[in-house]
Parts: sequence; structure tokens; C-alpha cells
Amino acid sequence: MTIAAAPKAREVPVRPFHVRILQREAPLGYMLLVPTMLMLGTFLAFPFLWGLWLALTSAEIGTSGHFIGIANFKYEMTDTVFFQSFWNTVNYTWITTIFKLVLGLAMALLLNQAFPAQRFVRAALLLPWIIPSVLSTLAWRWMFDPTFSVVNWVFVHTFHLAAVNWLGTTNTALGSLMIVNVWRGVPFYGISFLAGLQVIPVDLYEAARVDGASRLQQFREITIPLLRPVLVVVLLLSTILTFGDFQLPYVLTRGAPYNSTNLLSTWAFNVGVPGGEIGVGAAISVVLFPILAFLIATVLFTLRRAD
Amino acid sequence: MATALTTPPRPRERGSLWERGLGKWIRVYIPLLIFIVLTLFPFYWMTITSFKSNTELLDTARNPMFVVQPTLYHYRYLLSESHFFQWLLNTTIVAVASTTISLLCSLPAAYALARLRFRGADAIGWGVFITYLVPPTLLFLPLALLIKTFGLSNNLFSLILTYPTFLIPFATWLLIGYFKSIPRELEESALVDGATRLQAMIRVVMPLALPGILSAGMFAFTLSWGEFLYSLIFISDTQLKTLPVGVVQELIRGDDFFWGQLMAAALLASIPVALLYSFFVEYFVAGMTAGAVKG
Repeated sequence: MTIAAAPKAREVPVRPFHVRILQREAPLGYMLLVPTMLMLGTFLAFPFLWGLWLALTSAEIGTSGHFIGIANFKYEMTDTVFFQSFWNTVNYTWITTIFKLVLGLAMALLLNQAFPAQRFVRAALLLPWIIPSVLSTLAWRWMFDPTFSVVNWVFVHTFHLAAVNWLGTTNTALGSLMIVNVWRGVPFYGISFLAGLQVIPVDLYEAARVDGASRLQQFREITIPLLRPVLVVVLLLSTILTFGDFQLPYVLTRGAPYNSTNLLSTWAFNVGVPGGEIGVGAAISVVLFPILAFLIATVLFTLRRAD
Repeated sequence: MATALTTPPRPRERGSLWERGLGKWIRVYIPLLIFIVLTLFPFYWMTITSFKSNTELLDTARNPMFVVQPTLYHYRYLLSESHFFQWLLNTTIVAVASTTISLLCSLPAAYALARLRFRGADAIGWGVFITYLVPPTLLFLPLALLIKTFGLSNNLFSLILTYPTFLIPFATWLLIGYFKSIPRELEESALVDGATRLQAMIRVVMPLALPGILSAGMFAFTLSWGEFLYSLIFISDTQLKTLPVGVVQELIRGDDFFWGQLMAAALLASIPVALLYSFFVEYFVAGMTAGAVKG
């Protein structure tokens, strides 16, 4: 850096040692990172490693347990609820992600058009993502109430369909959770994509139009490739958050009926906290990790490859 | 959709009747209206439920879409018979404190990672990004033990100290994007004029990054306001609960759901973040995408 030499050339008065050392980039850089490293080290990295260790122990509430190797994982392999939770989590994640992606893109394309009260509409559409999930999910639970469901009221009175026991049957409960998850997630996709759309230069579309490209072609050849960076980030974040989602299943069903809505997160919670089997619970949580890492790698890889 | 796609794109000045009238309705207004209705209906439902009397709530013969005789009964009951105000206070304390801690950590960290060149900066940057991707679901069991070891169980500090673990990574990430968008020249000219690096950071870069800092702060506040899992596990005293947990655990007794009261609580607990958000919605949107677009 030539800049660092500049003050000397101007004969700035000699500064004390601690000022001089922080004038250099490396010491200052490390110093500025200390608070973050301390916080993340103590409350994130360390518990993460401890969790890996716990998964290999027989820890329960009140006893720290001892090393038992992969016995917890072996136990999981014989547990049907674990497998059910696992597949529920996988389905919950990929199905909602596809819906959120498509609907979010549709929302962004709509919001990018000219229409009255634009600011108000944008603000209103982002609400599900702002309001604490637990509270809006509670409203959904009431909307899905077996007796007083307003959704059923609309179904029966407006569309002349049969009433559905949304959260009460094994066929519909997980689907109902997915509906709420999509409802909550679409605004985040929509608003992020909108921001991505707005930085795409208008000239590109004009040039394409002069060349006779159809709307669909413009969308495929201009919009999607230029939206890719935003797509990658949003997909990545959303997949991970959905995969670890706890609040929504906890408030709506807590795994019922017959474990049909247990996700890995709620199952780990049930085993580890009310059940008190910390080792097994930790082992269930740990299963999340390689899958998450795999998901992250896949999303990044497939979307980067095209660049 | 098929017809919409074949219409000539955006000749706004002199579009055909189709383009200006019916076409625009089918292509934009009606889909938008559907989005708005589906998005906002749960909030509408929350609101009217909270103003209905119990007899009205349980009357299946009536059209449930409107309130016939609005009543403040549920609000009065909630505010006098539950610990709602205590929970509100707890949530505010935790959200403000953890947001402050997170900003104090992530501001310098983001500056260092965005601006300074030193050995290991890339690795640390990646490390912070990866911690951003570790969900609380993975950590809550060991964290609960750690909190217990520190003697912080059933203490608001357990939340104030753990919330930053998911706030710092994302705030840092968002702020890196912001700092990178500020021209280096401004800072370099301050250095040439004799300012130290720290002075340049605090007096030149920070003011320019204020929109980014504001949105990072609001995000952090919103996230800690609505946090559920840690609060559910670390706190057991009714008096010390935060709003989301208090509402879900204390207002639902066994299988009895007092929906009027629950919806009143949900609505009141949402108002602070909704207000904050409505005042600063532009920052919110800008901040939400700064990281995504620039990072």
C-alpha cells in the first residue's frame, strides 16, 4: 500500500506506539475481529463441538454420561420415528422451496410492474416475514381449527367443497405445515428477487426486443441469468432455515398426529428436552449437519456451474 | 399467461387497448390482488378474532368474516390477568441488548473484513459466513448445557448472550456489502489528511454506512423479538418469559385455546415490529438485499 507511506512524507507528528501499530492493517484487522471471535467462539463454535461430543455420549438430564461411541446413531437407525422425521424434513424442505421459488419469482415480476400504491403494496406483502413466526403461526392454527376453521368455511360456503381436517389427519397435517411455511417464506423470496430485477439494466431488454426476442426468451436469457447471484443466496438461506424449522411445527402440531409432522428439529427437541436424553437428542441434531453441508454444496455447485 | 406473453412488451406510451385495459388487469392487478388477499388474510383474521365475543367466536351458524358486536373483553382480560406487560418488558430488554451487542461486534468485524488486508482475512470471512448457516436447531442442546454451566439458566442474560450467535454473522455479512459499496477514495483522502485508520473508520466510513447499520440493527431487533427456541428452553419462570414463548406456553392451557385472547396477544406482540418496520420499510428492503445483490 502506498497510502500508508503518505502521512510520513508529510511529516505528521510522531504518534504513540499503540496508534502506530493500529495504523498497520493486520494488527488493526485482528483487533477489530476480537469481539466477534469471542462471541461466536464461546456461544457457537464451542457448543457445536460439544454437540458432536454429546452425540457420542450417554448424557441425560442431570448426568454428563460417558463415551459410548456411535451407539446413539445405531439406536437412531432402529427408531422408526427418526426415519419418519428425517423424510418429513426432506419433503418439507424441497416441496416448500419449489413453491416459494416459483411464487416468489411471480411476486417479484408482478411487483416490478407499474401499479398504484406501489410502496404500500410492497410493505404489506412483506408482513408475514416481519411478524414473529410463532404469532402468525398461531393465527394459522386457529384458521385450521377442526371445528371453527375459517378456511373450511370458505371452502364450504364459497366453493362448495368438503371441509378438511387440516392438522388432524396424517394425510393433511404435513401439507398444512407446508402451506404455512410457503405463506411465511414467499415475501422474502419476492422482495429479494425484486431487488435483483431492479438492478438489471433496462437496455438489455430493449436490445432483445429490437432483435425480436419474445417475453419468454427475454425471461430465460436475461432475467434468470442476471438474477442468479440473488437466487443462489436466497435459495441457500431459505433451504437451511426451512431444514432447521422448529417454531412452525412446534406451534401447529408438535409432531402429531402419529408423528406425521415430526421434523428432525422437533424430534431432537422432544427426545432431548422433555425426554431428557441429551446424547440421543444431540445425535439427532448432528444428523442435520452433513445433510445441511450437502445441501449447501449442491445449491452452490449447481448454480455456480452455469456461470 | 400464454396470451400475456405474446402481447408486445411495454409500449407504454401508445399501447393497444388490450395492453392498457383488460390485459393489465389479467396480467398484473388480479394476480397482485390474489397475492395481497392471501398474504394479509391471517392478519385480518387475527384482528377480527380478537374483537369478537366468545359467543360470537363459537357460533358456527354465523358468517365468521365480520365482527357483529366488537368487544375489548379479550384485551382487558389479557392485560389484567396475564403477565403480558412483564413479557413485553423482557422481550424489549433482550432485543435491545442483544442487538446492541451484535452491532458492537459486527461493525468492526465487517469493516476489517471488507477493507483491511491481513493474513487469514478470507478464511475468517468464510468462517463467519458458515456460522450464518448453522441453524439454532443444531446447537440448542449443548447451548442449554453451556448456559447451565455458566449459571445463567432462567436468566435473561442467557438470551442476551446467545442471540448474537445468529445476529452477528448475518449483520456482519450485510455490513460487509455496505462497506464495500463506499468508495475507498473517501477514506484514503482522510488518511492522507492525517487521520488514523480508526478515525477514518469512525468518522468517514461509519456515517456513510448509516443506512446499512440501521437496517442491520432493525433486522437484529426483529429477529430477537420473534426468537422462540432458545427462549423456550433457557427460561422457565413465567415472570421471565419473552412474548412469543409467554403467549404460546402460558395462554394455552392444556387443550384449552382461548382464541380471542390468544389473537389479541399475537396482535399486540406484533405491533412493535410492525411499527418499526413500517417507518423504515425502505431501509429494510435495501438492507435485506444489500448482502444478496452485492455479496
